[in-house]
Amino acid sequence: MRLERLVGRRLVLAPIVFLAIFFVYPLVSILIVSLAPQGQIDLTGFVTLVTSNYYRQTLWFTFWQAAVSTLLTLALALPGAYVFARFSFPGKSVLLALATLPFLLPTVVVAAAFSALVGPRGVLNQWLMDSLQLTSPPVELERTLAIILIVHVFYNYAVALRIISTYWLNVNLRLEESARVLGAYGWRLWWDVRLPLLRPAILAAAALVFVFTFTSFGVVLILGGPRFATLEVEIYRQTAHLFNLPMAAALSLVQMAVMFAMMSLYTRLQRRLALERVPAEQTLRRPRTPLQYGIITLNLVLMAVLLFAPLAALVGRSFSAGGQFTLTYYQMLATNPRGSVLFVPPLQAVTNSLVFAVLTTGLAISLGAIAAHWLARRASRWTAWLDSLFMLPLATSAVTLGFGYIIALDRPPLNLRTSPALIVAAHTLVALPFVMRSVLPALRSITPSIQESARVLGASSWQVWRLIDLPLISRSLVTGAIFAFTVSLGEFGASLFVARPNTPTMPIVIYRLLGQPGPANYGQALAMSTLLLAAACAAFLLIERVRRANGSEF
Amino acid sequence: MMVRWLWPLLVLGFILHPAQAQEQTLTLLTHDSFNVSEEVLAAFEAETGITVQILRSGDAGTMVNQAVLSKSNPLGDVLFGVDNTFLGRALDADLFVPYESPLLEQIPDVFRLDPENRVTPVDYGDVCLNYDKAYFEKAELPLPESLSDLTKPEYKGLLVVQNPATSSPGLAFLLATVAVFGETGDYTYMDFWADLVANDVLVTEGWEDAYFGQFTAGGGDGTRPLVVSYASSPPFTVDEKTGEAATASIVADMTCFRQIEFVGILAGTPRLEAAQQFVDFMLSPAFQEDVPLQMYVFPVHPEAALPEMFVQFAQLPEVPVVMDFDRINADREKWIQAWTEIVLRS
Repeated sequence: MRLERLVGRRLVLAPIVFLAIFFVYPLVSILIVSLAPQGQIDLTGFVTLVTSNYYRQTLWFTFWQAAVSTLLTLALALPGAYVFARFSFPGKSVLLALATLPFLLPTVVVAAAFSALVGPRGVLNQWLMDSLQLTSPPVELERTLAIILIVHVFYNYAVALRIISTYWLNVNLRLEESARVLGAYGWRLWWDVRLPLLRPAILAAAALVFVFTFTSFGVVLILGGPRFATLEVEIYRQTAHLFNLPMAAALSLVQMAVMFAMMSLYTRLQRRLALERVPAEQTLRRPRTPLQYGIITLNLVLMAVLLFAPLAALVGRSFSAGGQFTLTYYQMLATNPRGSVLFVPPLQAVTNSLVFAVLTTGLAISLGAIAAHWLARRASRWTAWLDSLFMLPLATSAVTLGFGYIIALDRPPLNLRTSPALIVAAHTLVALPFVMRSVLPALRSITPSIQESARVLGASSWQVWRLIDLPLISRSLVTGAIFAFTVSLGEFGASLFVARPNTPTMPIVIYRLLGQPGPANYGQALAMSTLLLAAACAAFLLIERVRRANGSEF
Repeated sequence: MMVRWLWPLLVLGFILHPAQAQEQTLTLLTHDSFNVSEEVLAAFEAETGITVQILRSGDAGTMVNQAVLSKSNPLGDVLFGVDNTFLGRALDADLFVPYESPLLEQIPDVFRLDPENRVTPVDYGDVCLNYDKAYFEKAELPLPESLSDLTKPEYKGLLVVQNPATSSPGLAFLLATVAVFGETGDYTYMDFWADLVANDVLVTEGWEDAYFGQFTAGGGDGTRPLVVSYASSPPFTVDEKTGEAATASIVADMTCFRQIEFVGILAGTPRLEAAQQFVDFMLSPAFQEDVPLQMYVFPVHPEAALPEMFVQFAQLPEVPVVMDFDRINADREKWIQAWTEIVLRS
């Protein structure tokens, strides 16, 4: 017993040590260099921030667009979560996998897909112009706030859908049935029973979506155009191009402070709202009534329009040249006509991406599970603080952290600046919050009485974890794994901004292709994006299958 | 026991870490667009016994910033890809040790910007307006012949440019307007930009979204037939069947901005001799003739033969805009700030 407790306590340190080495240390280093370049503290950035109208407006815009995006995403994903948590229907796991794909696409590619659909020369406008005899495109979404919000929903829908529906699957139906017997129907059932039961998961999803849209970068830059700016966009401009580090550091600190405050609020709410529950039995059933069929159909139509149409437009483009079907772009991807050293065989890029993704997933799941297990047990100010700290990498500008790596991790034993291990570490840093947000609500809602009973019967804490907690959270763990995998495959985070040795991944190849002129390069970029989607889709289905084969259907 | 959990991390780091640099491994720090033929590089490696490791880090601006930040413990031995718009920042930070390559005397003086030879010119390219040939033919519209033509009503809503704060060609184009219209007088670059805004110019953040997203001949669904790009872009729009390029550059006098790319030996390198050999290699005919098709720019060596595709479709402006790099370095931020106020916040 004593030894075990000792191991347990030490184990807890692994995620904290990881965070300290790969996040806190590089971040503090770059902030010190930025704010005190010659040993003297330079606070001009803060002065500009406080006195400038522009930055106040930017902060305000950042905040409210994130809030609106989050609400929209939740409102649209909640009915979806209901459908996925309560009904079984053919093709469900494929649909869920497809819905997750937007999350890993580079923004330039997504912008192209939306432009092909709703742009001035897009399908929708062509059709409307032809059928209504119009001379100019009636739908003008380019560079509007509306398109920013739509694309934010496109990116984040799966985050909310997966987190909420996974949690919902484990909510016992008995409560709902009792409520029905007591006369709760329709809205009352939703408002008084379902939503309160789901609050922990809804809040977790809201927290993630909010952080993601608060720090939105590519979507605002490319789809919104340079007139819209979030704090993240300003940090990037100041760091990467103007090299005004004091200003960038001031902005970064403000961004992190806001996010930290939001997260503290969230963890406090989460704690208060966590409901204990008994494990659910089989909750899935086939739809029966016409209403149920209606809800499912409506949802699938929404997903088709919002998520699948842009993906289809993209895939379609990769197979067409001048309006005709072609495989040229795929063939070109595999050839190296000029014998360049930059050339990457597509299979090599796919392999590199998958290796990084698998390593990231393994690391993020292990560290995330340990951290979540520990945080779920203890309720103190200290743990609330730590919980928020683990979310902070999402609120940190990738370019800032990238610079931090270069100046901080440059000497043995941590001479990792040019090591591929750093890429895994950077990906894991971004993946961890997803794992924790998936797992924590599930862990917190396990009724302590089950664990206590097991202990009374002589189970060690390891056995409790292995035999009770783990099966109960297996679904949430898989959700976390899928996000960790996606985050790595999509190259989120600082790894884009470190000096990379020759291990190009699929997104890197896409960026390179988009850096060269001509329709052929563009077509190849779309072809590589399609390969990225295919690889991810295959991986999601595989992960799902492994879980089904191993896990009990709790 | 904690150690046990750190092991996998350390082992991972160890396995994935590239073999410790040996005496003859030269690390080249460069930007994402750097490219060379495998054959040409292999010949250099075989001849000298030097192995070249290529480290890529973002665009030219990010790369220079990384080099400045890691100055006391450089990431590599040689840095390639700093251009005249960022040269001042690199030189101010004392990143390089001077080296006068024996091949340098064959390079025209216009490219040799640093009299102390801390950096050596390798290639150059011009940021020019590209246009959609089909669009202009169909609309029977004459091409703009100067920058001020762009403010005329017939070109309203046709042009897409990049934000100079985030894009290298965007910055080059802004610098061209500063050089052409000046900062004082009746009509300054700021007046020109105000007129461009009135003429419905579209601004994107990067070159990619301008060229592929907004340009009519880039491959996407754009609606703008005029884009700020490179004079060397049109060869890449040649249709295989017709043998014709879909786009061309406007190379009228004082409409293009000349960018020159340099290589420098990073101060503090223990492999000085190998680094010097690499600089010589970059000026050698083999590398210089390899430059156009690998990086879409022109070699600085006047005798380097150009590939057929370049001779046919890439144009060189006779009178490009050139600007002193010290002036760029001193006032770059000021101009970008003024531009931002006029174009984005008006």
